[in-house]
Amino acid sequence: MSMMIQLQRRSGMGQFLSAIPGAGLLLILMLVLFTIVNPRFVSQTNLINVGLQTSLLLMLALPMTLIIMTEGLDLSAGALLGLSGVIVAEALLAGWGVFAACAATLAVSIAFGALNGILIAYLSLPAFVVTLGTMGLMQGIALVLTNGDPVGGFTPAIETFYRSQLWFIPTPIAIAAALYAALWLLLYRTRLGNYVIAIGGNKDALRLAGIRANLVHLAVYVLGSAIIGLSAVLLIGRTNSAHPTVGIGMEFEAIAAVVLGGTSFEKGQGWLFGAVLGALAITVLRNGLNILSIDSSLQVVCIGILLILALLIDQARKQFVRRTA
Amino acid sequence: MTVPATLDIRPSSLSPDAAALLGRFVLIALIAGALTAVDPGFASVSNLLNMLRQASLLFLVASGLTLVIIGGGLDLSVGANLTLSACLAAAAIKTTGNPWYGVAVAIGAGTLIGYANGLMINRLQLPPFLATFGMLWVAQGIAYWFMAGQTIYGMPMSFRYFGTGFFLGVPLPIWITLVVCLACSILLHRTTFGREAYFMGANQTAALLSGVPVERRRLLLYVLSGLTAGIASLVYLARLNAAEPGIGEPLLLPAIAAVLVGGTSLFGGNGNIVGTVLGAILLTIIVNGLNLLNVAATWHPFVNGAVVLVAIIADLVISRRRSGSE
Repeated sequence: MSMMIQLQRRSGMGQFLSAIPGAGLLLILMLVLFTIVNPRFVSQTNLINVGLQTSLLLMLALPMTLIIMTEGLDLSAGALLGLSGVIVAEALLAGWGVFAACAATLAVSIAFGALNGILIAYLSLPAFVVTLGTMGLMQGIALVLTNGDPVGGFTPAIETFYRSQLWFIPTPIAIAAALYAALWLLLYRTRLGNYVIAIGGNKDALRLAGIRANLVHLAVYVLGSAIIGLSAVLLIGRTNSAHPTVGIGMEFEAIAAVVLGGTSFEKGQGWLFGAVLGALAITVLRNGLNILSIDSSLQVVCIGILLILALLIDQARKQFVRRTA
Repeated sequence: MTVPATLDIRPSSLSPDAAALLGRFVLIALIAGALTAVDPGFASVSNLLNMLRQASLLFLVASGLTLVIIGGGLDLSVGANLTLSACLAAAAIKTTGNPWYGVAVAIGAGTLIGYANGLMINRLQLPPFLATFGMLWVAQGIAYWFMAGQTIYGMPMSFRYFGTGFFLGVPLPIWITLVVCLACSILLHRTTFGREAYFMGANQTAALLSGVPVERRRLLLYVLSGLTAGIASLVYLARLNAAEPGIGEPLLLPAIAAVLVGGTSLFGGNGNIVGTVLGAILLTIIVNGLNLLNVAATWHPFVNGAVVLVAIIADLVISRRRSGSE
């Protein structure tokens, strides 16, 4: 009972104000800075652009938050995104319908999620090495399917979908928002969500309480992979082509977003909204550096520096709280 | 006085470690025999030496990683470290014309990256896989930015000797591997530092409470991992005769696979460097065999991933059986 109360407080406004992670402060700082440097930054086109990029990153970062809350990790997320895009593209080229192609990629990603989940949940193998191994499998399959070349020339319906609008909101942003709402409800308003949080804190206790903890643990990986598999549709809609290695490195940005958002790798201390803040911080940083015409390979370095800065801020604040308390 | 649980009291004259190494030898011999049956060209001296040279490159990347993993850590940045060190060294050699500047730059850059890893893990209390995973992308990013889409090629002959030369009929990379393997073995098995590394890997809290300066030792382990990545980058650069920002990335999975196949447990506290040598040879033979069987190179990431998964599952099964039999 007391766990329930504490969980609800963590999702509430009090948590929001008392513990805006360092990323939140850096985000505000960056917004001000980039606006001063180039007022074009706050133009409507650019802000929508930021929103589109953030929504794709969130499709990886939101499920990653759940996985990290179970003291896990998914290094294969980027490779799965690339592979899923290739599968959708190849299926469409083979004359499949859009829904059949989505079903195919959903089946493959669920299978890989189950493989990750079984090895991690049931065999208790370390998540980072399991997902590193499956990353190799996925990358290999994507390369073999495409021979390493980009796949294009499939139906423009995917691109039309990506560019469409729901009411006046671009569809990708609406989808990311809907995903956030769904995962928020799952995590903070259902019994299953409580179990997910509890796995990170003490999986053995959950098992001793008579709950099939391994199954819940497995479900987190399957759900995460399914979301990533479907989000590949957004990825290939953006450029109307699928590239086998396009997702490589996106897992880094997703993990960085989650960590920036204040989710810790220990004891399942996570915060779903933190992933939104983190993803926004990364996208804003990239966008601002683009405006300053800084090379995209250096932007990755800047994300690393942002991450370290945010962690330092959080650490300093924790020490400050401890001293004043 | 009670007998420690890990003490092996079976009447066998072979220690479990030696038995595991012997098992890997037999596995290598079996695969080599099968490949020779498929294609007699496999067993030619030139092919074997060539394969050992490839394996030695993989071993050099995996050697420092082995030390870190034994000490209970992880270094995902070894491949990216090799990339950046090789690119910087190539630039230094090209601009100065003096290979020794390249050697200094590669060793310096590699060690510095390792030091930064250790510092992040100690000071920010980040999990090792996270800190070194971040370093992977940072080093990779710097390498791409530094090279700006160019490839630096054409190293002086005196430098290429490191990768292509022979000494007493044996390729120089194999000599370098022998020296590094011997140095790591002495470090692990004949020094206090080595014993403390095993201790930290097996039980970090116990090591800390027993007075092991865990943070300092950890820092040194990551520095050593960076140092061996720097050495590997020199051999790699001398062998390829060119540096571009994509060279190290495909090495991470094979390096981790070599450590795991070599019998070093990811959970830390056991394993040895000779196992990693055998793991590197085994992995190289598998890739070589795939080439002999005309399997396309696009399959390599799949094979490396599969080897990693099989190795960790085998590690789990073996450790469960061992703990079950006691």
